[in-house]
Amino acid sequence: MSIAARREDFPLLATQMHGHRLAYLDSAATSQKPRAVLDAVRRYYEEDNANVHRGVYELAARATQDYEDARETISSFIGAAAEEIVFTRGTTESINLVARSYGEKVLGPGTNVVTSAAEHHSNLLPWQQAAWAHGAEVRYVALAPDGSVSPDALAEVVDAGTRVVALAHASNVMGTVADISAAAEIAHAYGAVLAVDAAQSVPHRPIDVRALGADFLSFSGHKMCGPTGIGALFGRADLLAAMQPVYYGGEMIEEVTLQGATWKETPWRFEGGTPNIAGAVGMAAAADYLRSVGMEAIHEHEVELANYLAQRIREVPGVVVYGPKGQRDSGVVTFNLDGVHAHDLATALDTEGVCVRAGHHCCQPLMRQLQASSTARASVYLYNDREDVDQLVDALVKAKEFFHRVAR
Amino acid sequence: MSLDEVYRQVIMDHYQNPRHRGRLEEPTLSAGLHNPTCGDELRLDLKVDEEGVVRDAVFEGQGCSISMAAASMFTDAVRGKSLGEANRIAESFKDLLMRRSSDRSALGELEALEGVAKFPARVKCATLVMNAFEKAVQSLSEGGGSGHVQA
Ligand SMILES: Cc1ncc(COP(=O)(O)O)c(C=O)c1O
Repeated sequence: MSIAARREDFPLLATQMHGHRLAYLDSAATSQKPRAVLDAVRRYYEEDNANVHRGVYELAARATQDYEDARETISSFIGAAAEEIVFTRGTTESINLVARSYGEKVLGPGTNVVTSAAEHHSNLLPWQQAAWAHGAEVRYVALAPDGSVSPDALAEVVDAGTRVVALAHASNVMGTVADISAAAEIAHAYGAVLAVDAAQSVPHRPIDVRALGADFLSFSGHKMCGPTGIGALFGRADLLAAMQPVYYGGEMIEEVTLQGATWKETPWRFEGGTPNIAGAVGMAAAADYLRSVGMEAIHEHEVELANYLAQRIREVPGVVVYGPKGQRDSGVVTFNLDGVHAHDLATALDTEGVCVRAGHHCCQPLMRQLQASSTARASVYLYNDREDVDQLVDALVKAKEFFHRVAR
Repeated sequence: MSLDEVYRQVIMDHYQNPRHRGRLEEPTLSAGLHNPTCGDELRLDLKVDEEGVVRDAVFEGQGCSISMAAASMFTDAVRGKSLGEANRIAESFKDLLMRRSSDRSALGELEALEGVAKFPARVKCATLVMNAFEKAVQSLSEGGGSGHVQA
């Protein structure tokens, strides 16, 4: 294994659950927080707290500095420039912002948005609503059997009317990873932009927005060891500069009269109202923490663990694993146990201290294609180790025996 | 925490051999519900006579053992009962699971689901059928039902 699991850095992981060691295997939903992040948020509140971009006094200058430093940290984390980072509440708000503001600019009758049936609802509904509001069409790329989007399938549906291609980088259900550079090439060949839902990739692998060719890229702080309620939208500088604000109010204006107003430069024009300053500080601390461990190493660790996990649970008779058949490229493994509903399974695993997600994972159209109303999902991060996987497998075997016994 | 407290044999029996699965051709009352957080789906059809007595109750849907067993038991329990009595069963079941009361007298087999109270995240699975029932009755008072009965 490329790195030793970082379990000790995460205070919550010392918690006992129903008398067992905690095996937290739901990081695709949200990650746990390392001490470095908790300390950074606390330090901000104890030493620098004031409103940003307003006060003339020293404390306000420090808070503003912290906030803008956080922007700098987040931008360099993904290879962008600071002015290309808009702080939001998370991936969902980032995508809504692009869909509304950029959508309004480019969508109309005769145009289309291309996305897939495998998207998280957060990357589906904003585009449906924006497209339909402007009389544009929503097109869905055909999925490969493992749920992935291939460049060939994408090339089938993108055409001269396409304005936006909206795709997830890494799937929160299938554990598949899309070839974003290839998607960008296809989108750009037709003059469309590529909007990437990177909620499941930025936390887990090295990301360079330029190398990917992404025009917009959305991600959440809470899935990358940061606090909840903070996230970011990357937008190419020239695209952001041509977009209208979505939230009007304080902080985002240059000049206001009773007849009208002018907006600040980007990215500030998109950040109406007092932002989540402590959240931004925490998210930046998370990025620093992840970088200190090394994103390549984190990715390798997760892939190795996910391969081990998929292999071990496949050994349990009656387990079906969805997604890639061979080597995995992300830490997400979705499965079902024959004859046991995923909820019942998740409750059984919970009693053994194992946290997995059960349900439709905010992907109802995909679940319909899988013909599974519900699946269980285990997802790993840098703090998980083989002991977590072994605990899952033992609990799975126990659950299976239990349900077979009571079902007599 | 022990699984046996929740997954009693009778629950798994109702799950695997649901008692009243299906649809009615001309239900007096009907409601569909789905639990958006987990994807469970349920439709409840009721035949209610002029006196307000439930003559037939069936359900269709997909979900976990808790939601399906509760639906099977509930449809069993309300047959031959007035809508008022059926409502009391639903209310008293919900009260028990939310620990607002410990009165089990109206519940019959449904009492076996009491252990679900220990798993708060699963209470909504157990009460899905009751919520469908309440929705169906509500559609009646709003004039949405297809028959004329006294509740
Ligand atoms: C692929 C994907 N997109 C979007 C989201 C939404 O993220 P958030 O809830 O942080 O806005 C998630 C999180 O569940 C996700 O997995």
